[in-house]
Amino acid sequence: MDIGYNAGNYDIVVVGAGHAGCEAALAASRMGYKTLMLTLTLDAIAILPCNPSIGGTGKGHLVREIDALGGEMGKNIDKAFIQSKMLNTAKGPAVHSLRAQADKIKYHIEMKKTLENQNNLLIKQGEVIDLITREDKVQGIVTRTGAVYYSKAVILATGVYLKGRVYLGEVNYESGPNGLFPANYLSEKLKELGCNMRRFKTGTPARIHKDTIDFSKMSIHAGDEEVIPFSFLNDELKIDQQPCWLTRTTAETQKVIKENINRSAMYRGDMESVGPRYCPSIEDKIVRFHEKPSHQLFIEPEGLDTKEMYLQGMSTSLPEEVQEAMIKTVIGLENAKIMRPAYAIEYDCIDPTQLKPSLETKHINNLFCAGQFNGSSGYEEAAAQGLMAAINAVRKLQEKEPFVLDRSEAYIGVLIDDLVTKGTNEPYRMMTSRAEYRLVLRQDNADLRLTTKGYEIGLVTEERYNKYLNKKQQIEKEMERLKKTTVSPEKANPILEEIDSTPIKTGIALYDLLKRPEVSYKEILAIDENKPKDLSKDAEKQCEIVIKYEGYIDKQLKQIDQFKKLEKKKLSEEINYSDIEGLRLEARQKLNSIKPLSVGQASRISGVSPADISVLLIYLEQKRRKKGGQ
Amino acid sequence: MVYIDDTIAAIATAPGEAGIGIVRISGEKAINIIDEIFQSKQGKKLSQYPVRRMTYGYIFNPDKKEKIDEVLVHYTKAPYTYTKEDIVEINCHGGFIPVKKILELVLKKGARAADPGEFTKRAFLNGRIDLAQAEAVMDLISAKTDKGFDVALDQLEGFLSKKVSATRKKLLDMLAHIEVSIDFSEEDIDEVTLEYLLHKSEEVEKEIENLLKTAEAGKILREGLNTVIVGKPNVGKSSLLNALLREARAIVTEVPGTTRDVIEEHLNIRGIPIKIIDTAGIRETEDIVEKIGVEKSKEFFNKADLVIFMLDISTPLTREDLQILELTKDKKTLILINKTDLPQKADLDKVKEIAVNKKMIKISLVEEKGLEAVEDALEDLVYTGEVKAKDRLLVTNVRHKNSLERALASIQDGVSAIKKKMPLDFVEVDVKNTWEALGEITGDTVAEDIIDHIFKNFCIGK
Repeated sequence: MDIGYNAGNYDIVVVGAGHAGCEAALAASRMGYKTLMLTLTLDAIAILPCNPSIGGTGKGHLVREIDALGGEMGKNIDKAFIQSKMLNTAKGPAVHSLRAQADKIKYHIEMKKTLENQNNLLIKQGEVIDLITREDKVQGIVTRTGAVYYSKAVILATGVYLKGRVYLGEVNYESGPNGLFPANYLSEKLKELGCNMRRFKTGTPARIHKDTIDFSKMSIHAGDEEVIPFSFLNDELKIDQQPCWLTRTTAETQKVIKENINRSAMYRGDMESVGPRYCPSIEDKIVRFHEKPSHQLFIEPEGLDTKEMYLQGMSTSLPEEVQEAMIKTVIGLENAKIMRPAYAIEYDCIDPTQLKPSLETKHINNLFCAGQFNGSSGYEEAAAQGLMAAINAVRKLQEKEPFVLDRSEAYIGVLIDDLVTKGTNEPYRMMTSRAEYRLVLRQDNADLRLTTKGYEIGLVTEERYNKYLNKKQQIEKEMERLKKTTVSPEKANPILEEIDSTPIKTGIALYDLLKRPEVSYKEILAIDENKPKDLSKDAEKQCEIVIKYEGYIDKQLKQIDQFKKLEKKKLSEEINYSDIEGLRLEARQKLNSIKPLSVGQASRISGVSPADISVLLIYLEQKRRKKGGQ
Repeated sequence: MVYIDDTIAAIATAPGEAGIGIVRISGEKAINIIDEIFQSKQGKKLSQYPVRRMTYGYIFNPDKKEKIDEVLVHYTKAPYTYTKEDIVEINCHGGFIPVKKILELVLKKGARAADPGEFTKRAFLNGRIDLAQAEAVMDLISAKTDKGFDVALDQLEGFLSKKVSATRKKLLDMLAHIEVSIDFSEEDIDEVTLEYLLHKSEEVEKEIENLLKTAEAGKILREGLNTVIVGKPNVGKSSLLNALLREARAIVTEVPGTTRDVIEEHLNIRGIPIKIIDTAGIRETEDIVEKIGVEKSKEFFNKADLVIFMLDISTPLTREDLQILELTKDKKTLILINKTDLPQKADLDKVKEIAVNKKMIKISLVEEKGLEAVEDALEDLVYTGEVKAKDRLLVTNVRHKNSLERALASIQDGVSAIKKKMPLDFVEVDVKNTWEALGEITGDTVAEDIIDHIFKNFCIGK
């Protein structure tokens, strides 16, 4: 071969070793397929180049789902966390979200260890510069050092490395994140192959030296006393947790920024790319919300063996010089020393509407894509896609139907459906408000929703599966028991009076008692002698949630029924929508470009109206009859 | 949301004064719905009779326990029907009111108002009709798209849409507040309070209720405003009617009790159809004057949308005046004080005391003074000062009303959830359902709006 030397054959090649790449490589090899993972440098495996935490609202849900399906992220953060917090506990169970501060170095080392010890997997340093394709099908990749790896499928998880460019004020240069090399060749090749590429940007704040921070002027934020592990495999985790601190910008900060706003890379107009609205730079916040005198900042440790501290809330593309001045205006940072300046980074990514719900590209067979390359943002979003891309790459090689989770089954389903159906104009971040069936898609029941699926796919171990079965059985038994066990007024009323709950007149089932907002297991313990001793905390929590919020959960289940009806009406990829009379022009174009898999997916494409959907249903019936011959 | 396989209902006969009206229900729940609202002559439910048998009985509203109409109903079971689903047909009296009332009841009990052509669409989708017919359906649906746009445009300029949009804006604010409190709970944003949500929800509830009231105005525009004129004899009731009619159809004399029968007149004031019942003839003999006067008035009151109560300013108030006045307390009432051409002897302060918040107009029918004010007041009352919507599409209105009712139910759920101190994410479900139900009227329920709204209005970020 004139393009290089034959470096070997693999079933699947994964390009990139970030959070998407790691999940993809592990899933593919665990499912028994010979996998190669290529990365620019082995030192950047599973790094966290921005915030030092995993999880958060919506994102925590994703991690729990990844774990339930047999992914790695939950297990890895459980090994590397230094603080754990359940967010939103004052709100309903559906939006409780787990977030852990990570020791970045540990997180990287633990993941690398896992990869190194995985059967069927080789991790290797090398920059991928080209794809080999034949007849619209990917055949392998070529590295910069001339190695040609042949493979049956390729998963692209290139993160923010493609044509990465870093901006600090007037200064900008080619770079990956965190001072790493960018990958400058691959995106041109992808364009040649017909990929519609776009340019997104993101940014990260400065890291400052811990010893130069005056913590006495800040408020301390500790972790939760009781740590809830991310992984359903772990029951209890005990560590010495590290605190975070909260401080604020001042009027002086505003002044420095306003005086230098024209030096910000973003405001200079150097960058044409689109950044995410949910993490605006500090200069953006000050310009757009100028009436706000002060903004809060969290100071978070980057790990146990480093004094670098992350300055959450202050990402910027101002010049380094201005950053130095700006940081000193923050309460408690008067003498702070920057160790790594903040920067904005621009990168190439794909328009995700070119992907199928399986994350395979529509125009190149066996080429799968995941993570920031698909226009998302965030470690967790990336990991979720990496996992799904690998599962589907394997299933493609197995000649099985793609594994697609729908919007009523998982946040992962919402994430991928949003990306491939609606596309995105900014780096896409998961939020609980994106999930219309939020009350059902809770982080506490991710295992109940997904473990069986993961087991069927072949990623869930026997250990995990049995644990799940046991929990499920416990819940079913306990629900039955609560319905059957009644208590008399004599017994219940003294306890009810104590907690200001209306007394009962006749015997009542424990089940109905637990429906009351003010009554929980704790309160009824004294009158519930037969509560099974071995009932796990998790199972108990499930019963309580399901009983207490039954009315609302039922409302959503009904909506889900309606939703599923349209999801079940499948559309073939072969349909040429231009031939369907009655569809409006815009709908024809959109449908031809998205190629939805179901009428339900079609109904979510912007520009496809309910009337178009009626036309589609009629078309399907016509076709069915022609085929069936009525 | 696009629905399939749910239970739909529509009026199957052309609207108008036909002898018989038919309401058709198709879908799984058809038989359950009819069983809830129909009782046969023998006191049985329809499901207790064999299929395909015409059964005589009546439709009643189980919530209010009132009979609505005598009907003949029958049902056919899937798949041997037009839509290949269970179908129930209710044959009721013609005219718009019975069919519409029955349809509204059916919708309330769980059916959805069918889209134009939807029965035919289902017939096709379920394999009942052939391709040629199906193509006709396609045309129908495409036509609907175009017409839909016209309607949307009409509505866009219309009163309803404006009001609904304003209410939805409020709901969107609430949703964005809730969502930002949930998804960005660690940002320094004022977390949404239950007080704020309660306050806003109650505002929204009020607004939807008011919109539903204007739906009543829509009904009046179609069916006429039932108006009754009451007052003691010789106060000028027939003169008023005549003045309004501008022709002397009722006999007007100076002797009390001349108008022997109740007169019903249809007139049109500034585009509002009004049906006036003149009770001038309620007095038979001097002896039982008060009794019958008051009793009769009561009966008329119950039927009336509006009461016009007339007083004679030139004679002192009698007990009868005050008693009738007392009866008007809970009614939309217009008080006309006639004979201002004569010296005042009636104590109007006393009237004001009883008739709090009621519109009072001084007129002199002899001098033809004040009639314009009466017409203004009538118009105001019907439009509650705001409604001017031209009522063009009856079906659309039933559907709108249906959406409004669902929105109202959702926001009421929300209010009760807030009062029970349910967590935010549960309250959100009700607020969102309200928002979506109203969106069916404006034709817009894009979830992305909420997220846009969050980023526009809240300062969040790493």
